[in-house]
Amino acid sequence: MSTTPVSGANTMAAPPRPARGSDPDGPDLPGRPGGRDRPRRSPSEGHRINWWLTALLVALSLTIFVPLYFTVVTALKTQDQLGGTGFAFPTEFAWGNFAEAWRLTDFSRTALNSTLITVGAVALTLLTNSMVAYAIARNMHRRLFKGLFFYFISALFIPFPILMLPVAKQTALLGLDNQVGLILLYVVYGLSFNIFIFTAYINSIPRELEEAAIVDGASTWTVFWRIIFPLLSPMNATVGILTCLWVWNDFLLPLIIVSDPRGATLPLVQYVFQAQFTTNYTVAFASYLMAMAPLLIVYVIAQRWVISGVTRGAIK
Amino acid sequence: MATTAPRTAGTRTPSAPPPGIRPDRTRLPRAFYWMVLPAVVLFLVFHTIPVLQGVFFSFTDSPGYGEWSFVGVDNYVALFTDPRVIAAYGFTFRFAFLATILVNAFALAVAIGLNARIKFKNTLRGIYFIPNVLSVLVIGYVFQYLFSGAVPTIATALGIDRLSTSILADPQLAWVGILILAVWQATAFNIIIYLAGLQTVPVELYEASSLDGASSWRQFRSITFPMIAGFFTINMVLALKTFLQVFDHIIALTNGGPGTSTESVGVLIYRGGFQGGEYGYQLANAVVFMIVIIAFAAFQLRVLQRREVSA
Repeated sequence: MSTTPVSGANTMAAPPRPARGSDPDGPDLPGRPGGRDRPRRSPSEGHRINWWLTALLVALSLTIFVPLYFTVVTALKTQDQLGGTGFAFPTEFAWGNFAEAWRLTDFSRTALNSTLITVGAVALTLLTNSMVAYAIARNMHRRLFKGLFFYFISALFIPFPILMLPVAKQTALLGLDNQVGLILLYVVYGLSFNIFIFTAYINSIPRELEEAAIVDGASTWTVFWRIIFPLLSPMNATVGILTCLWVWNDFLLPLIIVSDPRGATLPLVQYVFQAQFTTNYTVAFASYLMAMAPLLIVYVIAQRWVISGVTRGAIK
Repeated sequence: MATTAPRTAGTRTPSAPPPGIRPDRTRLPRAFYWMVLPAVVLFLVFHTIPVLQGVFFSFTDSPGYGEWSFVGVDNYVALFTDPRVIAAYGFTFRFAFLATILVNAFALAVAIGLNARIKFKNTLRGIYFIPNVLSVLVIGYVFQYLFSGAVPTIATALGIDRLSTSILADPQLAWVGILILAVWQATAFNIIIYLAGLQTVPVELYEASSLDGASSWRQFRSITFPMIAGFFTINMVLALKTFLQVFDHIIALTNGGPGTSTESVGVLIYRGGFQGGEYGYQLANAVVFMIVIIAFAAFQLRVLQRREVSA
């Protein structure tokens, strides 16, 4: 999801009630000793592992691995090993596919583009969106800021296609049809959704700290950077993760904004080379694998942290 | 528009000013204005103004460059008799409804499973989130090869004639491939949201209801679902909104084909507006689309919130 507020499914929302402590493993309370032997167990009552369910979920998770396995084995095959179902393990490894894909898509430049755009968008988003949310959250009683809040939030329901054509023209006019323009657009389009979750979180921060700091003569800026911003760390992690997933994988915005082929991102370059890939499956798959690998590796390393970050965002 | 901001946001703020240091001081520190000013300006320039521009040019015959003149509501009138546009709306809505329902059903079922007493809980959660880490376009190309190569081969071996040719090459079936990819990719994220929701349900409720002899199904219907209704509402609304804008999936799998059988509204606007010289015309299409999406989101929020337990 996307959604992101604009495109993709990276959107989430705040529930109506506060969490009752967010233990990452859910309500894992030990069952009462001497429980009755009942065949049916509610999720929170049993003390035994439900093996049937475990087996079912493991089996279901194969649906996720099948396409990934298919990608890996195809990328490692030579052209003449193709055919059949495509699921056979390669008889000899064609490492040359990766070299060929690297050369064709100018992988080092493209990956660097994707990385710089993602890092830039995430960093700027965290620094700016949290600040805007703070100003709005602490002044909600003023008509101007309340109006701004609804102004930003209402954009969540504006579909991107209405913007698509004019924005493409506008960025070209302003000379922003490049990586810099992309970063800017991600930061601006993230505002709607990020203000939504940052303000909810800021409202739960007691004001006494700020008041004490102001008595000690701190300016509003000092209060924000020295007190509030550090307190926002959990939400910054959530927003950072979601922004990173959205920006790294986004295809539509680079497609309509980037005019110079040398500014292409990883997803865009797969699209651009589609015509050359059609005759060359194995190189195409090596390229797809290289496009997916960086974020996938990061995710595998930081998996628990990512999941808990996204979960926290949903509960707030 | 403000009515569309979900009530469930929990962002209700006291309408009275906070007890300040000096209650008589109503002057706001200037810094707050500086904090929001750049964001407001940029948002105006890159979001609001383009939207207004879009609305403006939807009343012109602009091809996207050069000369243009006003044509009144001609574009809008033409839209309603354009078979390609009508087909795109039909495809988009059929796809979005099915995808929304399937994604939420699967995500809720898997989330409940992942929340039960199972082994490898954290590992499984990590695995189920993987599709959300992948670019739709890139994994979409992988699915394209699966649908056009592996699936027909396997179907032929099993003697299933219906699937012995690529579903993506069949105008009647190509949308199924897009649906499968969309559901596969989007379920991951919704699982995590539902898991977060399930963790907010007090355990005592389950304990009490089991003492009363409630069945699992009854527990789900009377405890679990009402307690996470807020999550369900938000997920449904956002999923529908996202799927109505389907784009990457189609580019990767069918490019709108065969023919124009899998053209979504988003793909049509992109193609006609950028490549077909129909800038003004497709903007009119986008305006109609915007109105439809807003109306749907508002309607959904209203209907689904009525079902929620009042917190």
